[in-house]
Amino acid sequence: MAGKTLYEKLFDAHVVHDQGDGTALLYIDRHLVHEVTSPQAFEGLRLAGRKPWRTGAMLAVPDHNVPTTNRAGGIVDPVSREQVSTLDRNCQEFGVQEFPMSDLRQGIVHIIGPEEGFTLPGSTVVCGDSHTSTHGAIGALAFGIGTSEVEHVMATQTLLQKRTKTMQVRVDGELGPGVTAKDVVLAIIGKIGTAGGTGYAIEFAGSAIESLSIEGRMSVCNMSIEAGARAGMVAVDEKTVEYFRDKPFAPTGEMFDRAAAYWRTLKSDPDAQFDKVVTLDGSKIEPQVSWGTSPEMVGPVNGRVPDPATVTDPVKAEGMRKALEYMGLEANTPMTDIQIDKVFIGSCTNARIEDLRAAAAVIKGGHVAENVTLAMVVPGSGLVRQQAEKEGLDKVFLEAGFEWREPGCSMCLAMNADRLEPGERCASTSNRNFEGRQGQGGRTHLVSPAMAAAAAIAGHFVDVRQA
Amino acid sequence: MQAFTTHKGIVAPLDRSNVDTDAIIPKQYLKSVKRTGFGPTAFDDWRYLDPGEPGMDHSQRRKNPDFVLNREPFDRATILLARENFGCGSSREHAVWALTDFGFRAVIAPSFADIFFNNSFKNGLLPIALKEDEVDSIFKAVETTPGLELEVDLPNQVVKAPDGSTYEFEIDSFRKHCLIEGLDDIALTLEHADKIKAYETAQMAKTPWLFNDMRSNVGG
Repeated sequence: MAGKTLYEKLFDAHVVHDQGDGTALLYIDRHLVHEVTSPQAFEGLRLAGRKPWRTGAMLAVPDHNVPTTNRAGGIVDPVSREQVSTLDRNCQEFGVQEFPMSDLRQGIVHIIGPEEGFTLPGSTVVCGDSHTSTHGAIGALAFGIGTSEVEHVMATQTLLQKRTKTMQVRVDGELGPGVTAKDVVLAIIGKIGTAGGTGYAIEFAGSAIESLSIEGRMSVCNMSIEAGARAGMVAVDEKTVEYFRDKPFAPTGEMFDRAAAYWRTLKSDPDAQFDKVVTLDGSKIEPQVSWGTSPEMVGPVNGRVPDPATVTDPVKAEGMRKALEYMGLEANTPMTDIQIDKVFIGSCTNARIEDLRAAAAVIKGGHVAENVTLAMVVPGSGLVRQQAEKEGLDKVFLEAGFEWREPGCSMCLAMNADRLEPGERCASTSNRNFEGRQGQGGRTHLVSPAMAAAAAIAGHFVDVRQA
Repeated sequence: MQAFTTHKGIVAPLDRSNVDTDAIIPKQYLKSVKRTGFGPTAFDDWRYLDPGEPGMDHSQRRKNPDFVLNREPFDRATILLARENFGCGSSREHAVWALTDFGFRAVIAPSFADIFFNNSFKNGLLPIALKEDEVDSIFKAVETTPGLELEVDLPNQVVKAPDGSTYEFEIDSFRKHCLIEGLDDIALTLEHADKIKAYETAQMAKTPWLFNDMRSNVGG
């Protein structure tokens, strides 16, 4: 019998009841909750007279609606304010641990989970948020769910799940200087397409993935959903184990050693069979820039905006034409000729301390270009912000003309006051370039933190290796 | 949950691939703490010419005359037809609530994003995956006959067109059962409460670091 993939190991370890039809009731160890996708679930519990099964498995945090300026002044928008206070009230009523807006540990739900050691290797992690796949980077089975499933997990600590197919994405070879985790995942999405991973759980493997830090692996797994896969994951190695040695909710002492011994088993067996294997040569990946309105519409910074006329599939060509029209771009324009209006460094993809260090390193005493009306850095959590300030990164950004903000989802999806105006073009370290994502009519180009910083200084996209 | 057995209704052709949930319901409307009222702002950016905010009277806004759901008879459509990878992106169930609140009971496309697909079943919205050429032929039929009605027969897993052509579709048996009966799946799961507790007890011995909160009290 063939060995097991990491996905199969994680899945099998959490089966409460096998339905016998390919679906199983799966135990959920960690349930992250934020203000946008939980109110209707709490309300559902209330209406049915149910209580959460295990509040200790839950951690709540407001992140989508929170302001990134003048935090002490509270939320100005009354509708946003009501949603955040509804979370506060629900957590109080049901006894759920919450890091409220005023807590230093508050931040983007997918940044704080691993940062606190709340999400751990070998755990099942869910959240009413598609970027829950982030936590797969630590060898967890983590995936996003809808609000009805949020309610189901609250009430039963389980989810009914069908085993998905497995895909291994192997990236071997050494990444070039200036090529980051973000470029790797954008290149992967460019290769397999935005639906390439639909119906699969992806395991990212290969020497290029192994060479990434845990934080870099989080950036990769974060965007699994942009390739269609609900879950993305990376095998546990010594970097993973070390990452959890000093995290507040992680085990300590003898218990840590016991946990670590188990965590080290969390890798695909050498003879495990994947339903699909995709390979990329890491040494050939270049810094990436997206040009369209789907994350698969992406290419190397030294390339040009592609021409729909060269595409034979009529549905695809029409999609490209619509995207270019929305983006206000002409086919065959060199990527480096594209001028930008705003820069956003933040989001659950790229707002960890290493991301901020990488961006700051590119600035090197430069200043935000005149045509850039706003360049902002939004740290992923209060603790990331504190660490960055300890290292003086805030001063680097401020002196270069960036705004240094308070933590939250911010302009990744523009639910708070941070947004693009119609027609504005943004170099963004976030994960989605959909129409209107960063504000109605806004135009998003997805890039790495280093590429975003370089674009801020130049006023247009540049190859960070030459910046 | 609203049960689904058979449904006959007008098909609205939305000729796009990768329709994401941000497009189905933009972020500003996710600030609602309710499950209802999302219909008037479904596809907001495509449907209206002026920007929308929560709390507006959307009937007073300028509609985009070119958008399919603003045109007769598609404004009364109950079956949505789209291209591949429908519902990709954000996990927001508000996208499903917006479609059902608009009046849709089914979506037909060559493929669906996983989370959207799951969310649909929880709300009595049937996502039907047909082959690409079948979807194509329905697009052509609707173009020739605007207002064309299709009949969806869930028990027999078939979509019937007025010209007699039929399209069979696959559906997971458990999901089909829940949809036809309109079952509350939380109640179904809680029938296994003893198994959940037994699992927790066993795991507390194997991976105690995941159960720090419940040393003394297992299960709800």
